[in-house]
Amino acid sequence: MSLNKACAIAGVAESRLGVVPDSTVMTLQAEAMVAALAEAGLEKSDVDAVFSSGNWGRLPQLQVCEYLGIQPSYSDNTSVGGASFEFHLGHAAAAIQAELCKVAVILYGSTQRSRRERRIFEAHTDLGYQYEAPYGLPIPVGAYALAASRHMSQYGTTPEQLAELAVSTRSWAQLNPKAYRREPLTVDEVLASDMIASPLRRLDCCLVTDGGGCVVVVSPEIAKTLPKAPVWLLGQGESHSHAQISEMPDLTVTPAAQSGKRAFAMAGVTHSDLDVVEIYDSFTITVLLTLESLGFCKLGESGTFVSGGRTAPGGEFPLNTMGGGLSYCHPGQYGIFLLIEAVRQLRGECGDRQVANATLALASGTGGVLSSNSTVILGLE
Amino acid sequence: MAEELPDPDSAPYWEGIAAGELRYQRCAACDAAIFYPRSICPTCGTPEPAWHVSAGDGVVHACSIIHRAPPAHKDEAPYVVALVDLTEGFRMMSRIVDCDPDSVAVGQNVSVVYREDSDGTPAPYFVPSP
Ligand SMILES: [Zn+2]
Repeated sequence: MSLNKACAIAGVAESRLGVVPDSTVMTLQAEAMVAALAEAGLEKSDVDAVFSSGNWGRLPQLQVCEYLGIQPSYSDNTSVGGASFEFHLGHAAAAIQAELCKVAVILYGSTQRSRRERRIFEAHTDLGYQYEAPYGLPIPVGAYALAASRHMSQYGTTPEQLAELAVSTRSWAQLNPKAYRREPLTVDEVLASDMIASPLRRLDCCLVTDGGGCVVVVSPEIAKTLPKAPVWLLGQGESHSHAQISEMPDLTVTPAAQSGKRAFAMAGVTHSDLDVVEIYDSFTITVLLTLESLGFCKLGESGTFVSGGRTAPGGEFPLNTMGGGLSYCHPGQYGIFLLIEAVRQLRGECGDRQVANATLALASGTGGVLSSNSTVILGLE
Repeated sequence: MAEELPDPDSAPYWEGIAAGELRYQRCAACDAAIFYPRSICPTCGTPEPAWHVSAGDGVVHACSIIHRAPPAHKDEAPYVVALVDLTEGFRMMSRIVDCDPDSVAVGQNVSVVYREDSDGTPAPYFVPSP
């Protein structure tokens, strides 16, 4: 059994991004959904399934569906951090394949920049967290710092290599009018930025912005009737290995090792077939570890892999072409924006940052503290 | 520490810390060392792992000097948070204390000490081994 071409993406949209003080998590999701449905040529009344991963209330799935006025016949609130939306796409495909729904919306919104609504990572001190709480590890950055420390010690990865990834990502952001940080950036500037949790500095860390997004997922039959060329789901995999960093089985191997294998097998493609790659960059180290776990390079070689401007515009490996969570936007759970950019690249809608003749894209979301990963491969017919 | 603690899983652990013992569990069926404490072996699923006492000697597996601390720990920065691999085969988070933060390195041998955390509750910390 496979999810290959079990569904297609018919519409994608962001809400306003960056600093959006006159908004709530609900207005941003409404804004994104209206735009994504319009692009798909569908009405709200066509929607029969909702996938979201909110952190804004006690029963966030009920709240967002109530606000939007949707009574779904299929509903999924899988919430595993920033990777949730790649999980949702796989779950939507399975539900559509089982004929449980036909038109699904994947939703996200956050006003964490302007309103400082409930943080994703509160200071939990109970259950498993009671054994970490006394030590004051800032979450999530401290957990990613521990993984970076291990990778550097084990493989000789350097701060300069991490910085180079941040610089290449910024170069993409300079080509994206919607990106939050567009001024030029150098390796020296990254290395001179404040140390947050060694070895990670401020410019190794993603932005904190407002923003929302929506992805409209439809059955193959519906996909063929809509205005835009459908972007097909060709493969998806998902996994999670731990909730807290002290329980991560290997600090240098993420659950992408498992999810990526399934996604590639399902899609029937190999790494060299891909034209564009979008990998969750909560921190620079997140990208390096994910590149290795997905098999783009050998374990320990990601520092070299991203060096020499390889992932920058004009480089041989177009990566995070919208400017990433590091420079474009990062409203808490960023994974939905990987899907949005991958779809736009495949449709050829990306203007100055368009990767020529992109027909096959990979999006890989990572959530928690390197805890969860879902990887999807998307393509044109 | 939150007032619902310790809980039924953690009570023997925190009682051990208060008594100057670093307790961990080991599965009688598969011999896996288990940390944090659980009612079931996460490796093989056997219930009720047995309690043991660690010698408290370990190696730094990963470490980070925290410069931007969470609000509750603001006054303590910079400090070193580490994952420590204990000789008995389990890993735990702690801080490496009583040393220059810049001197702490992955692979370094460390030994447990007991200190009160910011709430006055005893917790295990580690110092460089002599
Ligand atoms: Zn066992």
